[in-house]
Amino acid sequence: MGNGMADMTSPVSVTSQQDIRIVEFTNNKILDEANIAEIGQTLMALVEENNPPRLLLDFANVDHLSSAALGMLINLNNKIKQKDGQLRLTNIKQQIYEVFVITKLDRLFRIKPDRAEALSSFEH
Amino acid sequence: MGMARSNPRGRGERRRTPAPNPTGQVKHKLRFAIGSDFATSCRIQKQIMDEVIRQGFTGPSIFAVRLALEEALANAIKHGNRLDRGKKVRVEAEVTPRQIRIVIEDEGGGFERSSVPDPTTRANLEKTGGRGILLIETYMDKVRWSRGGRRLEMIRRNADGPPLRG
Repeated sequence: MGNGMADMTSPVSVTSQQDIRIVEFTNNKILDEANIAEIGQTLMALVEENNPPRLLLDFANVDHLSSAALGMLINLNNKIKQKDGQLRLTNIKQQIYEVFVITKLDRLFRIKPDRAEALSSFEH
Repeated sequence: MGMARSNPRGRGERRRTPAPNPTGQVKHKLRFAIGSDFATSCRIQKQIMDEVIRQGFTGPSIFAVRLALEEALANAIKHGNRLDRGKKVRVEAEVTPRQIRIVIEDEGGGFERSSVPDPTTRANLEKTGGRGILLIETYMDKVRWSRGGRRLEMIRRNADGPPLRG
């Protein structure tokens, strides 16, 4: 971010719209532990930097995720709640959405069909 | 072409050449014994998934196998062998165009399936772990634990459509 240079190896890219940080996953798989730990650290840093944190996660590129990835998202959600922030998820493909439904996490997370709807759902 | 390939061996990973089964389909059997680390697990998952794709599995089946395989290996390494690199995870995958049968066995203390809490209850919904078994059982057609929970056998047919709900 800051210096405008894109980090090609980063598993996420971050842009901003007002005080909302929009995070796009660059990899199509959020499966293995090393990858998830790295993403988790990046997202946690964003939560630390912003007060209150307002994060929108865009899953448009994501074709696979594991329960470890869900654990990381829950951890993130808890942290954001502690800081009175808001988290939204968007552009989740059908197969991935089904994983959220099976685990009933569609009830825990605020999931929106597209970016515009997700952005307008943030409360002031 | 798959049959002429040499068998890369190393770090305890082994690969078998295919043998035709009675129906004339080529059955690929892959066998591995790996240490309890995620990097090696990643590599053998890729080999198994390459075979699944080569055997003509369709989208939903590929998704199901990839997810269950990742969850089962993570469980064996983390909860079974508790990341002890001296302990092995044995993996066997039999792939035909019709189905995949996977057997994963760890060297840990085992577990009782019935003692694993339901991760979807209100009280457990915000816990960061405990969803792997639910996903395995949802996405595979047959799942069986044996040897005190150390051995998992799972089968997924190659079929279109959503996962079978149990």
